[in-house]
Amino acid sequence: MAKKVFEKGKMVPVPSHSIIPERDLYKSPILECSHLGIDFGGLAAVKDFNITVGRTEIAGLIGPNGAGKTTVFNLLTKVYHPTRGTILVDGMDTAGKTPAQVNRMGIARTFQNIRLFNNLSVEDNVKIGLHNQTRYNALSGILRLPNYWKQEKMAHESAMELLSIFDMQDLAGHKAGSLPYGAQRRLEIVRALATNPSLLLLDEPAAGMNPSETVELMENIVKIRDTFHIAIMLIEHDMNLVMGICEGICVLNFGQIIAKGTAEEIQNNPVVIEAYLGKQKEG
Amino acid sequence: MKNLLKKKTTRTDFLTYLGVIVVFVIMFALQQGDMLKNSTQGMLVPVCCFVVMAVSLNLTVGILGELSLGHAGFMSVGAFSGIIAAMSLEQTIPSDLARLIIAIVVGAICAAIAGFIVGVPVLRLQGDYLAIVTLAFGEIIKELINCLIVGYDENGLHVMFNLSGKLSVENLNMTENGVAIIKGAQGAVGVDKLATFPMGFVLVMLCLVIVLNLVRSRTGRAILSIRDNRIAAESVGINVTKYRLMAFVISAAMAGSAGALFGLNYSTLSSTRFDFNTSILVLVYVVLGGLGNIWGSIIAAVVLYVLPEALREFNDYRMLAYAVVLILVMLATNNERFKAAPSRVIPKRRKGAAVNG
Amino acid sequence: MTEFLNYLISGISLGSVYAIIALGYTMVYGIAKMLNFAHGDVIMVGGYVSFCAVFYLDLPGWLATILAIIVCTVLGVVIEGLAYKPLRQAGTLAVLITAIGVSYFLQNAAQLIWGTSTKSYASVMPGNLSLGGVTIPYISILTIAACLIIMVVLTQFINRSKLGKAMRACSEDKGAAQLMGIHVNRTISMTFAIGSALAAIAGVLLCSSYTTLNPTTGSMPGIKAFTAAVFGGIGSIPGAFLGGILLGVIESMAKAYLSSALANSIVFAVLIIVLLVRPAGLLGKYVPEKV
Repeated sequence: MAKKVFEKGKMVPVPSHSIIPERDLYKSPILECSHLGIDFGGLAAVKDFNITVGRTEIAGLIGPNGAGKTTVFNLLTKVYHPTRGTILVDGMDTAGKTPAQVNRMGIARTFQNIRLFNNLSVEDNVKIGLHNQTRYNALSGILRLPNYWKQEKMAHESAMELLSIFDMQDLAGHKAGSLPYGAQRRLEIVRALATNPSLLLLDEPAAGMNPSETVELMENIVKIRDTFHIAIMLIEHDMNLVMGICEGICVLNFGQIIAKGTAEEIQNNPVVIEAYLGKQKEG
Repeated sequence: MKNLLKKKTTRTDFLTYLGVIVVFVIMFALQQGDMLKNSTQGMLVPVCCFVVMAVSLNLTVGILGELSLGHAGFMSVGAFSGIIAAMSLEQTIPSDLARLIIAIVVGAICAAIAGFIVGVPVLRLQGDYLAIVTLAFGEIIKELINCLIVGYDENGLHVMFNLSGKLSVENLNMTENGVAIIKGAQGAVGVDKLATFPMGFVLVMLCLVIVLNLVRSRTGRAILSIRDNRIAAESVGINVTKYRLMAFVISAAMAGSAGALFGLNYSTLSSTRFDFNTSILVLVYVVLGGLGNIWGSIIAAVVLYVLPEALREFNDYRMLAYAVVLILVMLATNNERFKAAPSRVIPKRRKGAAVNG
Repeated sequence: MTEFLNYLISGISLGSVYAIIALGYTMVYGIAKMLNFAHGDVIMVGGYVSFCAVFYLDLPGWLATILAIIVCTVLGVVIEGLAYKPLRQAGTLAVLITAIGVSYFLQNAAQLIWGTSTKSYASVMPGNLSLGGVTIPYISILTIAACLIIMVVLTQFINRSKLGKAMRACSEDKGAAQLMGIHVNRTISMTFAIGSALAAIAGVLLCSSYTTLNPTTGSMPGIKAFTAAVFGGIGSIPGAFLGGILLGVIESMAKAYLSSALANSIVFAVLIIVLLVRPAGLLGKYVPEKV
């Protein structure tokens, strides 16, 4: 399927190993990793990680526990600095950038162990996500110049609009730390969206959710992609979710990609089955 | 619900301003009517200074979430630079008020510069390591000022560092009109007592406006987010270094302005007045008042500054009593079993705001 | 050269006292994760107890030291039980302020009992050893020897004994230690007991070297020892030893050759530089937060 790119001789050389959906094929990819790797104390935690993610793709990153999935997210967001390889976000190299700069380049993320600003209100959590969308300096803030009021009003409106994706407007005044688990996960997604990303990384968004909540989440992830026209890459153990919404799936084991493809291809891949279930004995 | 919360914060801010204004008006009326005891009269300006200190340290400890054990160092920088400014301008600017304002501004600027110089290395560290380095800087500032000899004559300022411990004002080679301002370990001498209670009030109000408005702005939210979760703050594009430094420098500048006012309230002032114990004293105000709770800081600063003076009749036992009260209050506000008891001395604390890293 | 040797020895001797105090700091920090600002004042109490034992009771120096150790150990355990134990679940700052309260309390209690005036303390081991132009006070030799012995015994104790193992377990993870049947509260009390006993020894040695004693005697050495513990990497026992010795030598050399007025500043400046290069101290392990 990816070979089409070369046959038609398009403008962007998307590598043949990518699994980009049809509608993104003629656009430059939002994320390109090549030969990405990191060592922890001489041990390669991730090695030779190559992936291309299309503009509006929903991509899945799966693998057994300890495969290095979260490490990949940490590399993409520069929490860790890669030992080898390059990451291009919208064609721009992220080498030497800080996590905050990478966010401004267009990557937003959520965390496996939820990291909200627990002592602040839900609204403030989202407004902090909007930090780089609101423009006034500390002095106008202290003196409450007209610009302060204008920007704060805008921030409030955007925050409410973003919260409405998950029907959370009513919770705006609550402390983030006091929310139930599922709502905290949703708030983290809203906060990430507030930074106006072009690629959203979700680290186990369905963890701790019940089946009906998960179904709702799946719908919402697709809705987010369709509303904001952004790419989403997610780590998830819930196979129904991954197989249900991910257009391209990448399987990681011991820090290396062992398979890439569509849901169907992955499900029937013997190497993947072996990684998850172990080698089946004959007979 | 949302409106309720918003209204609540605005109302708290409003009541804080109102409370400060009311107390000032009462005290000022009493002062003008000559109805205050001498000892109370003498406490008016220092109380204002320590309220500003507590509010400014709350910005670092409560709002930014970094423990600073050297806040008195910035007060010291402000005090001595303010004194130098006020005394060297004595001929040029005859107005006391103008000189006082200039001294406060100079104190704030010098302390802000010191805060920047200290902050750049310090803020690379975290937690207890950061705390110990602020302590170290506080002590360094104290010793450096202890070595400082400054005089002023018609040729301008004369400044000298007494590193060997053998130099004195004579070595400045001033003309006979020269005035010694800071005499090394003796500290500042012959200072004009320019500080006034209304000025203290203005300074308190100014700092309140700065801190309260800052917290409710984009910048303040960024600072709060760093306290709550640094990694998450970075992940949403907040330049952590910039905002930590900004909070630290603003806090230092306010401490400097308080120092300038404080310095101009006494005719002599030695740098040992701003030692580790002073930093700790202010930290106690902040913690007892509640981290991030501005009006709590104000009340704690006023009560705890006045308390040892009020206990003066118990003389020998007063500091002992102070220590016991301090321990009991900490136990009462932080231990679950004590909390259940009706001994609610301190207003509602923001739970979990403690600096846990 | 002899002058240099004299300064070096007095530096090592001073550093040994810092190291002994820092060991107490570091053990308490390692297990209770708290900055015990009252530690310096326990030193002062140790000094006063031994002073009274010698001055009023005419006891020999070694007996006075033992008495000081006993009193301080009890004091340490009592402080921990009354002031710190109820705050086990509270934030670090609450504990810090309480420790400061305890520090004020000890200083002012000492002031009430013994007065504000400086007492002149008779060294528990007077006299000097002359060695080819270099004069070494006996007390310096004793201090250095005591420090080395304490260091070795303490390391063995922590690594070999059952209680030592319990301490290490508690400092890693209190919850897990409790699940393994370790009595966490008792272990923490024992740590305070050991730390305070060390403070008592340090108090006797410190006062013997400086021969003066007043209610604030302990604060500056306390702060310096704390610095030493951070310098070497707080929580690490060899780190506290190394930090203490280095700090003592730096201070002594700075006083002798650079500027006596800025000696403390130089010590603190070295600390700052070390922490900027190695954010967890010389021997400390830097553990970044897991994301």
